[in-house]
Amino acid sequence: MRNIFKIFLLSGALLFLSCRHSAVEQTVIKFWGMGNEGEMVRQLIPEFERQNPGIKVELQQIPWTAAHEKLLTAFAGGSLPDVFQLGNTWIPEFTVLHSLEPLEPYVQRSSLISLPDYFEGVLKTNIIDSVLYGIPWYVDTRVVFYRRDLLQQAGYSSLPKTWDEILKACEAMQKKSRANGKTAYPFFLPTNEWVPAIALGMQSGGHFLKEDNTKGNFSGKEFKRAFTLLSRFYQKEYSPSGMQLITNMYDAFSDGLISMYITGPWNIGEFTRRISPAHQNDWMTAPLPSMDSTFPGISLPLGTSLVMYTKSTKKEAAWKFIEFLSSTKQSIEFYKITGNLPPRRSAWEDSVLATNRYIRAFYQQLQRVEPLPHVAEWEQIVIKLQLYVEYIATQTLSVDEALKRYDAEVDQMLEKRRWLAEHHVKQ
Amino acid sequence: MKRSLPKIFLNGLLGIIALTSLIPVLWMVSASFMQTGEASSFPPPFFPSHPTFEHYRALTERLNMGRYFLNSFIIASAVTLVSLLFNSMAGFAFAKYKFPGRDKLFRVMLSGMVVPAQVTMLPLFLMLKTFGVVNTYVGAIIPGLASIFGIFLIRQFAGSIPDSLIEAARMDGASEFKVYRTVILPLCRPILYTLALFTFMGTWNDFMWPLIIMTDETNYTLPVGLANLMGEHVLDLELMMAGSVVTILPVLLLFLFFQRHYVRGLMLGGVKE
Amino acid sequence: MSTKFENKTTAAWFFLAPAMAALALFFVVPVLSALIMSFTDFDIYALGNLDVVRFMGFKNYSRIFETPLFWTALKNTMYFVIIGGPLSVAASLGTALMLNSKLAKFKSFFRTVYFLPVVTSLIAVAVVWRYLYHPAHGLLNYALSWFGVAPIDWLGNPDLAMPAIIIMAVWKNFGYNMLIFIAGLQNIPDDLYEAAHMDGASTWSQFKDITLPMLTPTTVFVVMITIIGYFQLFAEPYVMTQGGPLNATMSIVLLMYEQGFRWWNMGFAAAIAFVLFAVILIFSLIQMAIQRRMQ
Repeated sequence: MRNIFKIFLLSGALLFLSCRHSAVEQTVIKFWGMGNEGEMVRQLIPEFERQNPGIKVELQQIPWTAAHEKLLTAFAGGSLPDVFQLGNTWIPEFTVLHSLEPLEPYVQRSSLISLPDYFEGVLKTNIIDSVLYGIPWYVDTRVVFYRRDLLQQAGYSSLPKTWDEILKACEAMQKKSRANGKTAYPFFLPTNEWVPAIALGMQSGGHFLKEDNTKGNFSGKEFKRAFTLLSRFYQKEYSPSGMQLITNMYDAFSDGLISMYITGPWNIGEFTRRISPAHQNDWMTAPLPSMDSTFPGISLPLGTSLVMYTKSTKKEAAWKFIEFLSSTKQSIEFYKITGNLPPRRSAWEDSVLATNRYIRAFYQQLQRVEPLPHVAEWEQIVIKLQLYVEYIATQTLSVDEALKRYDAEVDQMLEKRRWLAEHHVKQ
Repeated sequence: MKRSLPKIFLNGLLGIIALTSLIPVLWMVSASFMQTGEASSFPPPFFPSHPTFEHYRALTERLNMGRYFLNSFIIASAVTLVSLLFNSMAGFAFAKYKFPGRDKLFRVMLSGMVVPAQVTMLPLFLMLKTFGVVNTYVGAIIPGLASIFGIFLIRQFAGSIPDSLIEAARMDGASEFKVYRTVILPLCRPILYTLALFTFMGTWNDFMWPLIIMTDETNYTLPVGLANLMGEHVLDLELMMAGSVVTILPVLLLFLFFQRHYVRGLMLGGVKE
Repeated sequence: MSTKFENKTTAAWFFLAPAMAALALFFVVPVLSALIMSFTDFDIYALGNLDVVRFMGFKNYSRIFETPLFWTALKNTMYFVIIGGPLSVAASLGTALMLNSKLAKFKSFFRTVYFLPVVTSLIAVAVVWRYLYHPAHGLLNYALSWFGVAPIDWLGNPDLAMPAIIIMAVWKNFGYNMLIFIAGLQNIPDDLYEAAHMDGASTWSQFKDITLPMLTPTTVFVVMITIIGYFQLFAEPYVMTQGGPLNATMSIVLLMYEQGFRWWNMGFAAAIAFVLFAVILIFSLIQMAIQRRMQ
């Protein structure tokens, strides 16, 4: 038993040693990257460190599925990194926490960053109550990826420009495949994605929230119109209504099981890698169809921004890193590695982007993007929307009933915000 | 022949159950050696066509699993050793000392088992934040320092140690701690082994607390690292299988090796009311 | 180390001190804090500015009962407890009885194999089971197809997702209680069986009149810890289904985790935790009352 005490002492020593960190001469800034970008940005860091001897970047990669939790837990634990990547729909939430450093003063001094160079819709998502909190890193607007050969077989030489036409195309494609004895879902609308519903909502006029963004307005005529359109796709089985039915989207696309899908620029690279070689020439991108005659239809200025922690002790160094990643040159480099689209117009003039045939749809789309409401609860609201998309997809609830219940839930989520507004409490 | 029919039936049934216990684990190991994409082909293969170590290499080279392994080992070992000490001391006290309020305290403590651990996680996290131990090994170890169930088991076991042995040691001039060390602990060896194994296993496999307390990727334990992997590489099945194998292998080996001990411990400790 | 104490009480507290201190500081205090928090609306706004915390009284609790999702979670959790619990205990008892039988061969091999799933990490096996349950490529549907069964969407069908999780949970846990049952069975003296055999009792009546009654304390213990554990269902749905499809596998603890750690409605989440505690307590008391009645 004496040995046990020896082991105890030893492990205590191990513990103690593991707690200490070696002193470093250089400034070390911590950067949290998410998802694929988190992994790929590693390739840009050596150049930054070369240009800035004396600054080292410690990169940590976090999957998107855990990012929201981890960021909030880190905030509560006082251990947010100096710089981190933040989905721009999360920016309002993090400003409520007073965790983001206003960046306007830094931008003023910078020669590499020019705000007018950014796509307006995207930049607007970073400005809350007239304060700039983040620099857009890449944009992630959504367009339609489609099988042009299958559309052609159904009689369409290009992607239809209105939703009415899309529905007709789906009808034609479905008839065709059923005649051949196969099931096909012409338009893939996964029930765990809120983007199509919200994009359609935007196109119908937006107005998701009312009374100064303190109450839900999803039962209003605008979103009702969008949600009804969405439900048509499930009712007519143009889209599968179960999540597990399409387990590998790329295989399904290659097999022609699905022919149209609303998704983002990262899939340009993924499609190139994962769609079967036989069909590499059969897929193409096009901007979103519209509810009315103006083309393209409104899409969402999603994307991520680079933000700085208010409590960072290395703000100057952190800013240098943000500035570096936001330069036109690095935007282009990043595009080459990840396929993520630069948020700056000057970067788009580069030949690499100008000649990519899949990208053109995104450039077109970026001219027409509108920002989402700036409420801290937005993430919670849209995640809940996914449940209601599932409800109408499986026809568990009617559109009216679903929207009524959804609004009730949204009202509950916004209750604190309402209370704060009523009591004129400054957040 | 008739008499052996029930025997064949029984052992056959046991064999089938054994298969259901084993197949998922065996397939996991098999898939970890398959070529990329092979495991998700149809019909699902049982054996790799061209076994490869590439996923294991990727885990250590690209994905830092070696570091997670070390973290898991340090944390699980520390919790096991410290909690063994704390629990055995407390169990001994409850079993062999009559002091005012003993039974009441024991009952109150036992009722704590009904409280779901998750209740404590949020406030404990905030408390540890003020202590400054978020994202440290110490923070990960703290919830495991003492275990109500462990104290209960040891009290049960120690209760059956004859008082005469204790008295004899005292008469020889032993201090209380010496009694604990030389009489109680050796006699409790079976249950201590059992408790040690189960504590190590429980801590090693724990997912939720390390997920919450460790914000830095370099501090992740294996289950957290594996969950991270799942979030990112959801389509790389073989890689995830390799990660799973690495996560379960150490505890598996430990239990296989120390079988005799914990089985004895559970048998002897038993559940006496 | 010389520790001669003034009296036995001091000695006892010396030995109790480390564990009790740890439990007091890192268990009792957090539980009490959670209780206090459950009476406030501590949320993300409060994280940013402590001044906006409001005292809610019992409003969090009444809100829980007005939240449909809570009732769904409660229903799902009860489903898991009421179906999964007895299933798990039965599997443990069944295998224990079989292994205890004189006819069984390779006992220690089987015992080891049955215990194997218990020591695996849940995350690790969830990866495999998620794949086993795959509608198109999974081993389970593949095996069923040999019997002519059409592909089943285990984790995607709201009616099948919870049964799928129950099956996995039973698979993973039955070995643990099996060992406890084996210990209990081996504590039954052989001469009881011999005497019954000499009296001409059949195997079934021996089981009914000797085994079951003698096993009662063990059974009570196993049922109790299984049920308490099952009420705290979290990891399986968190990893396998994230509470879906259509919230069919949303459990109370998963709901609490989402509210607390994902959306930072911490006051509300703490209240959920205490409601769960109350539910478990009620169940435990009912079970103890039944047990007392049976004796």
